This record gives sequence, structure tokens and C-alpha cells, in this order.
Amino acid sequence: MKLRKSAIALLSVVLLAQTLSACGKKDSKGNSLADKPNKLTVGIKFDQPGLGLKAPDGTFKGFDVDVAKYIAKELGVKEGDITFKESKSAERENLIEKGEVDYIVATYSITDVRKEKVAFAGPYFVAHQDLLVKSSNTKITGPESLTGNMKLCSVKGSTPAQKIKDKYSKAVQLQEYGTYSDCVDALLSGAVDAVTTDDVILAGYAAQHPGDLKVIGKGFSDEHYGVGLKKTDTKGKTAINAAITKMIGDGSWEAALQKNVGPSGYKIPAKPAVTE
Amino acid sequence: MNFDFLSNPDYDILGAFWVTVQLTLLAAAGSMIWGTILAAMRVSPVPLMRGFGTAYVNIFRNTPLTLILIAMSVVLSNKLGLVLASKSSPTFIKDNNFRLAVLGLVIYTSTFVCESIRSGINTVPAGQAEAARAIGLRFSQVLWIVILPQALRSVVAPLASVLIALTKNTTVASAIGVAEASLLMSTMVENESDALLGVFSIFALGFVVLTLPTGLLLGWVANKATVKR
Amino acid sequence: MSSAATVLYDHPGPKAKARNLIFSIIFGVLLVLLVLWVLDKLNSKGELTAKKWEPFTTSNVWSNFLLPGLGATIKAAVLSVIIALPIGAILAVGRLSDHRWVRWPAAVVVEFFRAIPVLILMVFAGEFYFQYTDVPSESRPLFAVVTALVLYNASVLAEIFRAGIRSLPHGQTEAAQAIGLRKTQMMVLILLPQALTAMLPAIVSQLVVVLKDTALGSIFVGYAELLRQANNLTANFSNSVATYTVIAVLYISMNFILSMLASWLEKLMRNRRGGGKHVPRALDPELEVRA
Repeated sequence: MKLRKSAIALLSVVLLAQTLSACGKKDSKGNSLADKPNKLTVGIKFDQPGLGLKAPDGTFKGFDVDVAKYIAKELGVKEGDITFKESKSAERENLIEKGEVDYIVATYSITDVRKEKVAFAGPYFVAHQDLLVKSSNTKITGPESLTGNMKLCSVKGSTPAQKIKDKYSKAVQLQEYGTYSDCVDALLSGAVDAVTTDDVILAGYAAQHPGDLKVIGKGFSDEHYGVGLKKTDTKGKTAINAAITKMIGDGSWEAALQKNVGPSGYKIPAKPAVTE
Repeated sequence: MNFDFLSNPDYDILGAFWVTVQLTLLAAAGSMIWGTILAAMRVSPVPLMRGFGTAYVNIFRNTPLTLILIAMSVVLSNKLGLVLASKSSPTFIKDNNFRLAVLGLVIYTSTFVCESIRSGINTVPAGQAEAARAIGLRFSQVLWIVILPQALRSVVAPLASVLIALTKNTTVASAIGVAEASLLMSTMVENESDALLGVFSIFALGFVVLTLPTGLLLGWVANKATVKR
Repeated sequence: MSSAATVLYDHPGPKAKARNLIFSIIFGVLLVLLVLWVLDKLNSKGELTAKKWEPFTTSNVWSNFLLPGLGATIKAAVLSVIIALPIGAILAVGRLSDHRWVRWPAAVVVEFFRAIPVLILMVFAGEFYFQYTDVPSESRPLFAVVTALVLYNASVLAEIFRAGIRSLPHGQTEAAQAIGLRKTQMMVLILLPQALTAMLPAIVSQLVVVLKDTALGSIFVGYAELLRQANNLTANFSNSVATYTVIAVLYISMNFILSMLASWLEKLMRNRRGGGKHVPRALDPELEVRA
């Protein structure tokens, strides 16, 4: 009885919501991205200034968005035929596996664990974990200078802050929020001393507040950002690799970075070698 | 069901529930005090206090607790500079967040305590207040000596429900990173994905253990305390 | 209420009036000082500048962030109540059954889901759909939120219905039996419809609880409801104080209107039923004391 009721409850929810979202479904085609698709669904971040941000006018801005558009152009898809879809960190593999997105450009680090489920093209950027502090801060010069009572902010359940605690200073205190925006807000109002995650993400925030915030620039650990796609799509991977190589070669790569995170004073790093 | 995670030292389930219990008890005490003061304001002869009480209850009762707690951290602490722990303490962030969560829970829960007490005041026969006034007691005396003691005895049952709801509401403190039960659960369901049902049953059991006896005990107290008329 | 309030103190004479005035002034000054201090602090942090509040006067911010968020909040709340109502009715009838094997399981389900925090249910439901179903990622958060809210609110509504059925005059049952209706017919044709009308105010009040509870979806399962839109807004404008203020005002007005509606319905019911009849609005405050 108890089971049956819960089952009915679950079932009715499933049925009702499915009818509601039926229109949102897209047919999954087994084709390769290299086979001239007509339309693309691309996974990006929606709330990361400088990388993937949904602007109030409904458009999307950022370095990841520019990379995604460049790749689409190289695959023969017009900008108007791209649908951007929010891909939260925890769900990226799942989105690709279930064919809900064609590829993902969302500060997506290439790791062996992830490679078991998806394929990566790139890397199109090599980021390093870094610290964001107030411009006036002279005490924090790198992870080693984080001492006892410093307050560090990162997002809930993320690895960067834990890494600093384990590697550099056990005594550093950790504030966890739902988003980096809340962390940056806390940094600006002086509630925390530093925010930590990948340098280019931090640069995106610094670019929003030129003069107020700076990225330390003593990055540690390498994060190779790749473009995630279906594991089986080798042809598509080659095509995207070619697109990335071309983007790096023709100057669009540097221009995109300069436009999106340049105002922060963040030094554009060396061009990555496409190795995947 | 898979219960291997119980022996994993990374998961301090009892510790997390202890935080839940502490949040509950501290917030309950605070809500009781502030809720009673609010109720007194709402029935007081001073119009401005009545207005304030009414506005306060209508505003905070209608705001999601999640929003209140996030505002505690993001607005009250970060912007208004209200810190509830020593800035130089090595556990400042943890303590501050915990106390902000208690404060947020008090701000929210006190509105329900206030409304319960106010309805309790309604159950006290008018003759009681009239008799108190007849012997020359002032409003504050009428309220504190005659009315409230009787009103409180008749609202033990609704207040017990408020306490149970509060116990469950402490889970929202995870929104500002307080390491209580639901925060640990969300970490565990991600890490121990093959033990989802096991993890859920443990945490569900924890809350059943916390809320059921509260209900039974206070139900018994409510029976004992009711003023027989 | 007002009768109990006024019975507590004498009609103020000249002295009492003066005293009340003094209290009013002291209290008012304290309130004004508090407000000024808050505004001053916010101003010193640069939170009151036009730049941080202006976005809310543009239509883009509303059409791309706030209104979709509001829509998602209302969608989850309405879906939850619509699904929870019939399940709640079934559970209520189950708890009133003459057969122990129906009564007990129904009671266990109701008590279990009332004892567990909605947030815990939500985390579980979210992970459940992620692992065991093919629900597409964009509807998964909605599923998780609605499932958790349905499980909890069906149990609460079951108790509301049970009280509603019990509050009906016994003559209703007797009359139904007298014209030879079976137990099921009596329940479906006579008792439930009346209980539903009698409990309408309580059900509308419950909608307020559900509406607030949808905000829990922003914590772990990432449902793009109203509160979650704060992320997008602060990512664009770094205006946390303004954003949370506007969102709070939206929630408060929605819930305030619903509460008013509930009170109005309650009054309407009481009048229709010939005055003196007591219509239980909420069984206990717990029904309203939810995140």
C-alpha cells in the first residue's frame, strides 16, 4: 500500500511533467558533428562573467561562448542556429551521454575520469588555480602567503578551496557559497580575503570590477579546458580540434580573450597546444 | 540496501545531526522569547508597536526561509557588518555562519510563535482580563501576570508543531554552508551514488527519531497543561 | 481578535493616551534610527547607487530573469498542489477506512513524509531521477522539486481532509446511509465534496507554504525558480542587496495576496454556513510553519 502510493505519486509527477516538457525534447541523431549538422545545441555556463554569461537582453557573452561560436562556424553552422543550454558542472557528462547537447564549452577540465564517459577536443585553454583579491591587498601574494586567519571563499562542494587547505595552509578558513558571484560580493565587502578557483574565471570577475579586484597571477595546478563531446564521435573530435587550431592560429583566440577578460589586467597566457 | 558508508570516517553523521539539534534548540529558545515579545506588541495599547508587530509578522512569514538565511549571510553579515563571532577566532566563519543561521531561524520562526500565542490569548476568557483590570493592574501586569501564563498553557500543542517544523527547517541552513544533516547528505548522495537509498533512509530515520518523540512528549505535556474549564 | 486585544487594557484616558504617545515616539525614533543606520551602512558599501537598482527598471531584466523565475516558481507550486490534492484525498480516506490493513499503511505514509524535511526529500528525488531515470536534465530539477513537495503536501493535505471530513455534521453520514449508499459512494458523493469546500481556505493557505518551499529547489537541485535567478542577476550587475530585496518583495506580495484570499474564503464559508459553524482553517500552525 505504502509502496503503491509512492509509486502512484512518482508516476503521476513523471507523466504530468513529461507532457509539459515534451516540446522541449530533441531527436537524438547518431551522426557525427563533422557531417555538416543544421543546428547545434551547445552547453555553456550561464552565470560566469567573462566566460559564459547570460546577459539581461537574453544573449550570451564570454570567451567560452566565442569559442563555441567559432567551432560552430567551422562546422558550417550559422550563429542563429546555435541553441545555448546551461550545463552545470555536475551534469556535464550526463548531458553529453544523453545527447542533450552536441558539445560543451564550459570551463570543462580534461581529466581521465571524465574521459571514461566523454571525449574531449582541445585543450583550447590552460587555466591555473589562482587567487582573486582586492587591488589594495598587498599581504596576499600567492597561496603560500595565506596564513592562519585568512578567509577564503569558494563554491559549495568544489575542489579548489579544499586543495589550498590540503596543500598550503590548514589554518585558512573556508566560506562556501552557492556561486562565485556571492564569493566576489563577499570579497568586495571585505567579508573574505580571497576567492579561489581557475585564474580565467577569476579574471572574468576582475574584468567586471576593473580597479577593485586583481588576480594574483601565481597559478598552481594546470587545468586543461577541453570541448566535451560524444565519446564515439572521433570524426567530430578531429573537426573540433581543427577548428580550435585555426582559432588559435588566426588571432581570433587572442582577440576573444582580450575582449572578455582583458580589462582585468590579466595577462593572456601562452597559446595552448591542441593535444587531444 | 548498501550501508557501507556508515563505516567511512569522512562522514560524521552523528556530528551533523548534533549540529541540527543545536540549531533547533537555540533557535527554539530565541523564537520563543522574540515571538512572545512580538505577540505582546501586537496586543499592546501602543498603536505604533501594534503596527510594527503586524508588519513584521506579515513580512517574514511570507518570505521563504531560504531567502532569509541567504540574506543573513550576504546582506546582514557582509554588508551591514554584523558579525556574531570574534573576527580573530580560528573558527570565525564556521561560528559566524552557525549563529547567523540561528538568528535567521529565529526571525522566521518567531512569527509563527507570535501567531500561536496570539491565538492562545484569544482562548483566555475575557473575565480574566476584566478581573485583572478591575483590581487595578496595568496592561503589562495584566499580560504578564494573568493572561500570558494561561495563554501559554493552551498553546503547547501548536507550539510543539512549530518546534517540529523548526527541526525540519534547520536543513535550510545548508544554504549558507552550515554543516548540518542535509549538507552532509547532499555530499554523500553524490559520492556514494550506489548507496542512494541507504543514505536517504539513514537521514530520514534521523529526522523521524528527532521529530516523533518531540511530538509525543509535547502532546502529553499539552494534555497536562491545558487549563480545565 | 480585536475584542481580546481591547479587553486587555482600559479605554485610554488622558494620562494613558499621553503615555502611549510617549511610547510610540520612543519606539518610532528607535525604528527610524535603525533604518537610518541600515541605509547608511548600505550606502557606505555602495549598495544604494542608482547603477545597482536601475536594472530593475529595464524590461530585459524582467523578461529574461525575473518573470521566467516567477513562472517557474508558480509552475512548481501549482503542479505540486494539483498532484498532491487527489493523493491527499486518497490518503485521508485511507486513514478513515474501517479496515486496519488500509488504515495503518496510510497512517505510516502520512506520518513518515510529515516527519522528514522537504529539502532531504528533494535531494533524494533529484539524485533518484539522475541515477535511475531518463528524465532530461532540464526537467530534472522541476521533477525533484515537485516530487518532494507532492510527497510532503499530500501528507499534510491528507490531514486537512481528514479534519474536514470529521468536522462534517454526523447527520450527513446518517442520511447517506439511510438512502442506502455504500461506504465508497458516501465518501465520494457526500463527504469528500463537502470536506473539500470546507477546507478550501486551508488549502489556499497551504499554497503559500508550497510557494515558499519551491525556493528550496535553489539550494541543491538547481531549479531555476525565482530565488535562483539571483545568481544570474548578481553575475551581471553585482547588486546582491538590490536583487534580494526585489525578489523578497515579489515573494511577500504573492504570498500576502494568497493569504488574503484564504481569509476571504474563510469568511465566505462561515457566512454561507450560517454564522456560528466553526470551520477549521489550519489544524495546527505547522501547516503554515514551513520554509
